[in-house]
Amino acid sequence: MAIDCLVLGAGQEIGKSCVVVTINNKKIMFDCGMHMGCDDHNRYPDFSILSKSGDFDKTISCVIITHFHMDHVGALPYFTEVCGYNGPVYMSYPTKALSPLMLEDYRRIMVDRRGEEELFTSAHIATCMNKVIPLDLKQTIQVDQDLQIRAYYAGHVLGAVMVYAKVGDAAIVYTGDYNMTTDRHLGAAKIDRLQLDLLISESTYATTTRGSKYPREREFLQAVHKCVAGGGKALIPSFALGRAQELCMLLDDYWERMNIKVPIYFSSGLTIQANMYYKMLISWTSQNVKEKHVAHNPFDFKNVKDFDRSLIHAPGPCVLFATPGMLCAGFSLEVFKHWAPSPLNLVALPGYSVAGTVGHKLMSGKPTTVDLYNGTKVDVRCKIHQVAFSPHTDAKGIMDLTKFLSPKNVVLVHGEKPSMMSLKDKITSELDIPCFVPANGETVSVASTAFIKANASDMFLKSCSNPNFRFSNSSAQLRVTDQRTSDGVLVIEKSKKAKIVHQDEVSEALREEDHIVSLAYCCPVKVKGETDGVGLIKLLSKKISETVSYAEIHESETCLQVGSFKGSLCLKEECVHRRGISSCSEVKFLCCNWSVADLELGWEIINAMKQNL
Amino acid sequence: MELTCLSKGDGFHYPPCHMLNLSGFRILIDCPLDLLATTIFSPVPCDVGTEASAYPTPEEDDAQNPLQKKQKLEERQMTPDDLVCAEPWYKTVKALHLWEVSLIDIVLISNPMGLLGLPFLTQNPRFCAKIYMTEATAKIGQLMMEDLVSMHMEFRRLHGPPEDSSFPWWTKNLDGKDVPALLKNVVFGENGDDLGSWMRLYSLDDIKSCMKKVQSLKFAEEVCYNGTLIIKALSSGLDIGACNWLINGPNGSLSYVSDSIFVSHHAKSFDIDGLRGTDVMIYSGFSCLQTAEMTESDCISTISENNDGSLAASLLDNEESLEELEKLAFVCSCAAESADAGGSTLITITRVGIVLQLLELLSNSLESSSLKVPIFVISSVAEELLAYANTIPEWLCEQRQEKLISGEASFGHLKFIKDKKIHLFPAIHSPNLITSWQEPCIVFAPHWSLRLGPSVQLFQRWRGDPKSLLVLEDGGISSGLGLLPFRPISMKILQCSFLSGIRLQKLPALVSLLKPKIVLVPDVVNQRINLSSVKTKAILNYSENMTLSVARVVDNADVEIMAELATKLSWKKLRQRENFGIARLKGDLVMENGKQRLVSGLDQEESSGKARSLRHWGAVAPETLLDALMKMSIIGSIEHSRGENGAEDKSIIYITNPSGGMIETSEMGTTIITDDKTVASKIFQAIDGLLDGL
Ligand SMILES: [Zn+2]
Ligand SMILES: [Zn+2]
Ligand SMILES: [Zn+2]
Repeated sequence: MAIDCLVLGAGQEIGKSCVVVTINNKKIMFDCGMHMGCDDHNRYPDFSILSKSGDFDKTISCVIITHFHMDHVGALPYFTEVCGYNGPVYMSYPTKALSPLMLEDYRRIMVDRRGEEELFTSAHIATCMNKVIPLDLKQTIQVDQDLQIRAYYAGHVLGAVMVYAKVGDAAIVYTGDYNMTTDRHLGAAKIDRLQLDLLISESTYATTTRGSKYPREREFLQAVHKCVAGGGKALIPSFALGRAQELCMLLDDYWERMNIKVPIYFSSGLTIQANMYYKMLISWTSQNVKEKHVAHNPFDFKNVKDFDRSLIHAPGPCVLFATPGMLCAGFSLEVFKHWAPSPLNLVALPGYSVAGTVGHKLMSGKPTTVDLYNGTKVDVRCKIHQVAFSPHTDAKGIMDLTKFLSPKNVVLVHGEKPSMMSLKDKITSELDIPCFVPANGETVSVASTAFIKANASDMFLKSCSNPNFRFSNSSAQLRVTDQRTSDGVLVIEKSKKAKIVHQDEVSEALREEDHIVSLAYCCPVKVKGETDGVGLIKLLSKKISETVSYAEIHESETCLQVGSFKGSLCLKEECVHRRGISSCSEVKFLCCNWSVADLELGWEIINAMKQNL
Repeated sequence: MELTCLSKGDGFHYPPCHMLNLSGFRILIDCPLDLLATTIFSPVPCDVGTEASAYPTPEEDDAQNPLQKKQKLEERQMTPDDLVCAEPWYKTVKALHLWEVSLIDIVLISNPMGLLGLPFLTQNPRFCAKIYMTEATAKIGQLMMEDLVSMHMEFRRLHGPPEDSSFPWWTKNLDGKDVPALLKNVVFGENGDDLGSWMRLYSLDDIKSCMKKVQSLKFAEEVCYNGTLIIKALSSGLDIGACNWLINGPNGSLSYVSDSIFVSHHAKSFDIDGLRGTDVMIYSGFSCLQTAEMTESDCISTISENNDGSLAASLLDNEESLEELEKLAFVCSCAAESADAGGSTLITITRVGIVLQLLELLSNSLESSSLKVPIFVISSVAEELLAYANTIPEWLCEQRQEKLISGEASFGHLKFIKDKKIHLFPAIHSPNLITSWQEPCIVFAPHWSLRLGPSVQLFQRWRGDPKSLLVLEDGGISSGLGLLPFRPISMKILQCSFLSGIRLQKLPALVSLLKPKIVLVPDVVNQRINLSSVKTKAILNYSENMTLSVARVVDNADVEIMAELATKLSWKKLRQRENFGIARLKGDLVMENGKQRLVSGLDQEESSGKARSLRHWGAVAPETLLDALMKMSIIGSIEHSRGENGAEDKSIIYITNPSGGMIETSEMGTTIITDDKTVASKIFQAIDGLLDGL
């Protein structure tokens, strides 16, 4: 059996995450994102690869969205409302609550920016979100008879999850975006040690290894502080949710400590609304925040106010969080246009900017002018600060997680090709795990674990409950093996469930009579003087125990028994089991019989008895 | 599997307690406290309780002769003086004390009420069990225990330091002849051996160390105990965080269904799907016995004709939940009426879900009316509890989940707290309480037993006011000793009996829907309802303090063999039976995720050598054997002998070369007779080649 991993998006790139995994005939779509840097048909994953006819309900068992970022949820309304997928969609409670805000915000920006035809409407978002089944961390959901899914905490943003999916005995984990360290408000990713055939991991920072984030936080705070102290305006373009809250917590706290009175603004009511969500979704934040929230909810920001458009040209310093991030369109771009020409001002770019955005242009090199999307040019004289801490794991985190889970295979997505390739080499060489970096549209196939189910008999299970150690000398080394299972026999009958029985039960299972193969020999033994039968058996038993040290001998009257070996005094004149020697006063006979299981043992005993003959 | 019902409990506040023996593990289900029993204590110790003693005791004529007097005593009305004047002790499950605590492997706590007695168990240094409960049960239960301790400390603060004796000294005077039977019954139990179940309350530190041992479970999370049992908590609908249990192990699956509510207006509803088709179902819903419900046979007989869909529909109809809403609305209207007349309302209900809904309803109805009546919630944990309730969408009903997802608070109290319509105070002596206090008002105050907490003082304050209203939970508090120390009472009393389990008449439909192979039902329940129409393999009865053994349902345990390993086994085909394939096992048998698995062991190459077959099937044709021997240069001749007197047919091959010997062969077996080891081995080889073997 195999697991097929088809990458529809985020293959060797960042943007439009969408991976479709087929496990034992179940197809699961992980994430359904859009590419922020594209504005043609490439912005969505190519769903036509999944079904030519467009009957997605039949092909896809379920869709699971890991978090509310556009590159993970952006194409969902399109997929459900325009492409017509009607099956189950799962996301965490926070993701279900916050995604519509993100989607609506983005939709508005796109319409404003190009006045372009809407790809999906507000109504689409609403009906799409209605179909979403919310899930809780670690909640084990049986999607159908065979498919089981479970979410684990991923850090990254509020409500982000990693997803475990299992069909039959085959299991995989899709990480989505994750963070292996705690940040201001979120905990670190947390997952159980699972048996996995495949791990699909993000790899945004596949080669970066970050040290402590505190110096970087300080750098950011100092850059902003310096700007406002010099009377400048600091613009922080960010999406409404996620980074905004983290940076805002950082600034709010710093403002308190330093007693700074400069206003901090949020560009849209959206972020204020978002902060309220954060308060209710407190159970998804870090332990630290959770413990303190009754006394003080850290999302009650003291220094934060709503921004008004008229304030763009107001004199005096300020800090402004403006949506969207990456300066890809909308209000943040508009503010940028006005503030960028002043050297007093600052633009702080948190997180990753997708290729094709103004944010990306600012990050790569130090441009003096920047082309905006509509052709206008802007002089850039302001300072640019790149926030150097990120809610994504670094390379060490990816390696740690991979090592911890020890999957049979790894697929890397959501990264930049060159660094992904070097991480792949590292995983292959250091962890000895096959690793793949498929491009969009490519499928990776890996073998999957399978178990044969068999009914085990009580006798077998009982025999297994006692250790059965065997010692052996192989290549001059003493080896101990526990062979408690080797009394077991696997019996497979066509079109029936397999059975495990104890070897003594095999015949019954086969509905056959045993054909017993045994050895027999009427063995002559030398008798000194007057010895009766009982005395002889005692004598022989002593002799046997001297030579065959491990034998456990049972005597009774004129018989002795060792394992399956039975010997009894033969009083017949002419026994057919005798060879050569005939009866005389000096010689008595022991009629012996033993099974082939004790073939060697039998001969050893015979030899011992014959010794004095 | 073995089930011992340690206590059938008594309603919502005293859930049942069981000991389960499953796959060799001992599992304790719930560890509650019988808090109703604390009503034997006086809410104010006699020397302080001036109000109580001011109450005139019934006239007693000293002149009566002793016999008459005795008779009179048995019949006489109990007076507040009969109550025990001491710092309260707490009654635990008696039968639990008979078990060696170190032998318990697992403790499952189904709801916050089932947690209240656990610190008594974890105090014991020999306690080493793993404790599982849902996160919400852990949180709410811990708050309830802390509240209990804080109320108890308050009692102690008001009424002096505790006695030092560890033996309940206060029972000394209770075995006298003139002590009312009702009281004796609670203290000593029906069999007179309950004394050992009374305990002095635990401390905050005990709670803390108890909770440290807890592994809390997320909603519908699966945990694996010892690689053997997979345990899952499924919502029961009874209250926030309350759950039923599903346990999967190598010997099959077991579901534990306790008092549940199908459709709730606050908590996540009863998860039916997750419990379907188990091998054994333990039904532990005793609360249905509290109400005198009739069992209509016609509503049961229709069940067999219904399909699952309509069965589920019959369970999930919202008739019940509408009734509950009506009850809540009635409480609100009564409170409003009282307030209108200038009276206050004291609500002693502490069921979290009911309190949350009442707060919401009361606030809303007061807002829309002209009444300006403040609502007070006086409890040391109210603030935390109310804040917590708005952060756990996964444990709430769908409507309240929707609210959170659309950005509203799940429960409406937040807004009213902010607007100062609802006032939260940790205790009745809180400094700000006096300044904001105004009457008439509506007060939520524990404890429902009316022996501890602010409810005692407030009840004493208003009991003489006919305009005021006391809202009680049904369940023995008014029929037993509960109201005794407060008599006479002019205050109006409203007793509410909220749904606290599965209605008796719904049980057949539930069992039919869940389709367990075997269902275990309390005998007291089975006596009240006819379950004969239910299609299961067996319905077994269990009763309190008896152990019921249930034979394994599955005939054989399942073992999973790694497919890779199976292909590496040396497979033998059988000549006679082509449908069969057999192979000797190798590898290690391990217990993993509740499954026995055979995985690749270390002794791979060791046993892969050609092992001799030790077991054979089939028959040996003497001629064929002779031919085979010939190829090995062993020469002999055949002699057939007919079986006489019932003996079987036999053939003998006399070996002449290279040494003497013979082979006897029949249907049953073959014997090689020789003293030459080498020849014997060769002959065996030849025979082995002719038979099927292993
Ligand atoms: Zn992300
Ligand atoms: Zn992403
Ligand atoms: Zn003989």
